[in-house]
Amino acid sequence: MGAMHRVPVDQVAVDARAARLGRRSIKRSAKEAALRLAVAMTDLTTLEGQDSPERVRALCRKALRPLEGDPTVPSVAAVCVYPRLVALAREELAGTPVRVASVATAFPSGQTPLRLRLEEVRSAVEDGADEIDMVISRGLFLAGRLDEVHQEIAAVKEACEGAHLKVILETGELGSYENVRLASDLALAAGADFVKTSTGKVQPAATPGVTLVLLESVRDAWRRTGRRVGVKPAGGIRTARQALHYLVLVKETLGDAWLTPELFRFGASSLLNDLVRQLLRLRDGCYTAAHDLSLA
Amino acid sequence: MSRTKSPPEPAAAPGWDYAPAPETAPVEIASRYGHFIAGEFVPAADGAEFATINPATEEELSRVARGGAEDVERAVAAARRALPRWSRLPGRERAKYLFRIARRLQERARELAVLETLDGGKPIRESRDVDVPEAARHFFYHAGWADKLEFAFPGRRPKPVGVCGQIIPWNFPLLMAAWKLAPALACGNTVVLKPAETTPLTALRLAEILQECELPPGVVNIVTGDGETGAALAAHRGVRKIAFTGSTEVGKKLAAAVAGSRRRLTLELGGKSANIVCEDASLDQAVEGVIDAIFFNQGHVCCAGSRLLVQESILEEFLEKLDWRLRSLRVGDPLDKNTDVGAINSRAQLDRIRTYLRIGLEEGGRLHECHDQPLPAKGFWCRPCYFTNVQPADTLAREEVFGPVLAVMSFRTPEEAIARANNTPYGLAAGIWSDKGSRIFALAARLQAGVVWCNTYNRFDASSPFGGYKESGFGREGGRQGLRPYLELER
Amino acid sequence: MSGERGARRVTVTKTYKLFLGGGFPRSESGRSLSVVDRRGRVVAQVCRASRKDLREAVEAAARALPDWSRRDAYNRGQILYRMAEMLEARAGEMAELLALTVPGGLRRARRETAAAVDRLVHFAGWADKFPQVLGNANPVPGPYYNFTIPEPSGVTGVVAPAEEPLLALVSLLAPPLCAGCTIVALASPEHPLAASVLGEVCAVSDLPAGAVNLLSGRREELLPHLAGHREVIAIHAAGCSRAERRQLEEGTAGNLKRVRVVDLEAEAWYDEDECHSPWWIEPFVEMKTIWHPSAY
Repeated sequence: MGAMHRVPVDQVAVDARAARLGRRSIKRSAKEAALRLAVAMTDLTTLEGQDSPERVRALCRKALRPLEGDPTVPSVAAVCVYPRLVALAREELAGTPVRVASVATAFPSGQTPLRLRLEEVRSAVEDGADEIDMVISRGLFLAGRLDEVHQEIAAVKEACEGAHLKVILETGELGSYENVRLASDLALAAGADFVKTSTGKVQPAATPGVTLVLLESVRDAWRRTGRRVGVKPAGGIRTARQALHYLVLVKETLGDAWLTPELFRFGASSLLNDLVRQLLRLRDGCYTAAHDLSLA
Repeated sequence: MSRTKSPPEPAAAPGWDYAPAPETAPVEIASRYGHFIAGEFVPAADGAEFATINPATEEELSRVARGGAEDVERAVAAARRALPRWSRLPGRERAKYLFRIARRLQERARELAVLETLDGGKPIRESRDVDVPEAARHFFYHAGWADKLEFAFPGRRPKPVGVCGQIIPWNFPLLMAAWKLAPALACGNTVVLKPAETTPLTALRLAEILQECELPPGVVNIVTGDGETGAALAAHRGVRKIAFTGSTEVGKKLAAAVAGSRRRLTLELGGKSANIVCEDASLDQAVEGVIDAIFFNQGHVCCAGSRLLVQESILEEFLEKLDWRLRSLRVGDPLDKNTDVGAINSRAQLDRIRTYLRIGLEEGGRLHECHDQPLPAKGFWCRPCYFTNVQPADTLAREEVFGPVLAVMSFRTPEEAIARANNTPYGLAAGIWSDKGSRIFALAARLQAGVVWCNTYNRFDASSPFGGYKESGFGREGGRQGLRPYLELER
Repeated sequence: MSGERGARRVTVTKTYKLFLGGGFPRSESGRSLSVVDRRGRVVAQVCRASRKDLREAVEAAARALPDWSRRDAYNRGQILYRMAEMLEARAGEMAELLALTVPGGLRRARRETAAAVDRLVHFAGWADKFPQVLGNANPVPGPYYNFTIPEPSGVTGVVAPAEEPLLALVSLLAPPLCAGCTIVALASPEHPLAASVLGEVCAVSDLPAGAVNLLSGRREELLPHLAGHREVIAIHAAGCSRAERRQLEEGTAGNLKRVRVVDLEAEAWYDEDECHSPWWIEPFVEMKTIWHPSAY
């Protein structure tokens, strides 16, 4: 690839815009529709060292029926697990619309040889992963070795075969919005199907500001090439209120076309129960207790 | 109308949209309001009154006293009576009144925001997030100056000017009242304030707040009325200083009226501010800044960035982005919390804007509107829009429209941008969008404008002086420099 | 043949002209005014500047403005100091000329000349300091850097009074000049010779051509055109009648001129507490406030 064009980004203006969109008022029918949409966009995630088969089973159950006994609440978009647990998740979710996503490429650091990372990707895809969430080499990126970052992403894309590739930029380690934009443009050029903010293991994780930068990067690529790429903020999104804020960002930056799980996802775990809690409140008119909701 | 090319609308959108979200806080509005003189509400001496309406519905909100010479006389007399005690009050005590007012404004913020939106047509988002908090901020900031004035003017002993006549516009009714009153009171002056004819209600609500704060009677007097009321106030010999914000046309008349009378004058007048987008700018943020610059408060902003100068190499891409952004602007019910652009302030202003739209087309301009969704049937509305194919000599490039109408032009070199930007009798504000620090400073230094926003626009603060070069007026409001017009500097 | 030995030498008398655009032209009108000393004798002729001379002077001042206003403050200060040096060098001539027409004799005239030199020195020193006194950074909320700086207003008209014709003229023009304004001054009509010599001082002080223009003539003839000229953005005047003051201030209605009319008794011009002050400069600057966001 040739030299990547650095697009200037003004952080203060981005944050001001993102904050202003956070003050949109989402009420009644709009709120209910948004909550359902957010559920359908969730990549229900568990990425802990203590993850067990039992935990993944519970997660898959929750993913299929976020609110037991209420079929109007849709299933989530995907379940996201470590590679070792992909086969199990695949089995649990066979024949359902919920997809299996796997982090790969030595998540979360990406610090193994490329050969091993590619092997990890192939293994996860073989085990039945529909989607691969890779991390970029932040070290290479920050050292300015953009060509190598590009080549790695392209190699992973190839290893994915048919699986969707989400590229995690780990925006919290990139130092500036300009770098976030550059990394996103790089990932888009290298063939990413989604750009994703964070692993969730680094602070800050997803913020409205960095997500807006990704949305703008995707918008410019779409305008230039016609190709539609998805965006996935991940990490730190815990409340329905936050999720609604992100939906407003998507709607007013990329338009209604991106308001679909095909093009926008939340990487989250505790978010799902808050979305359900808000749906229950709208349905029943009262606030829920913690024990009303199943653990995931 | 025409539309520049934009990407094809994606198919099969789920079509999630915001439900109506009207601000529902109830606000009591009396059926009539008198002038506020010597701490009391009093009817007009001759009983004259006029209606103030909601420009979004054309419904009458209240009837307000129309001030005549007699009312002005009484108000000035009250201000003169209050002057000796107020000006001799220790600064720290004057400060406490101003702090009280700031606090009370914060406490009654929601009610004031709704009232402002009802009377003026601006989106509740703006009155809630800008007008009311900034008004409180102005009292809070200036309160602190009241006992520190001798530190502001080295080598001089500052003294109050006397009775100030302050005439404010309809675009930021409460905020402009705060801009005028806070420094005047902090400096030990007493005031007769004349709110704009179409938007008197928040100033009268402010009068109630002054009563609650037990501000001594006569320190602030409010006479409602129209241009004639303002002229009577400016002509009154007991008024030692006149502060006016409004059109350059009226400002010049006031200047002629005050000439030779040894009375002081500050003017904050119109503008045709240039917003310069260089090819290295962060374009998405620049688009946002351009939207803010011209469509904030329906373009009823003296410092509105109404002339957009885009570097030729990025013009096409920039306009594509601008088009896309325009389409997401939400125009309509000002009380809806999601409305971005509200109602035009009055029928007269709407007529003026329409005249400019017609002239713009007649002179060969090409009109681009935001969208063609229906606007409310009643009330005064204008779709946000911009014109291309505008030449520097065209009316839209020279005259202040005071509406949501942007004139787009291009430039090739920074030198040309400066020449075009400064080619106006106005000099209120300017915007620069560039990623290069040295270019920004060079452009900022050469722009003849009292406020230069670099990679931002329409930022305001009580600590930041605001005011114009050339025919945009003289004197500053806000900051240390904003105190100067309200003081005599004795040695 | 040479003439009779021992014949009395005829002195070369000076022709007093306008100082305009760096040169010493006669009035385009070809008119002159007689200067009469205290005993009623005509001691000199000065040019009687016309409306067109005034127009030329304003144009010269406008042409000089970009250069003068953008000079380094240090450079402007040095040039004002150079004016003081040159005036000091001509102090004898100046005092004699003043004494010719101004009541009070040579002693008074010497005092006035010395005070005028001191005034120039004073404002020479202000050139690179007044922005620090009149301007400041502003503590605005949010991630913005905000500061206010004074900039010269532009072409400034100066109207000198009858009393202290040199000291007052210098006191009126030095503050705007040190700020970077360019000057069109109307000399004291009663005592115009001081202005003529001051022009010669300016001419050898490295002032750019047109930065200072000095016109002798009739005030009633020139004042309306000065007040009405749209290129003149500010006026600094003294010794004005009510009607003249009104006329100057009505100029404000034309192009929003900044008008400062000074009422000082003759003796007050010597009062340094009164006249040596940045608040004499402040009416001739525009405060420019610049905002810029601050982020990575």
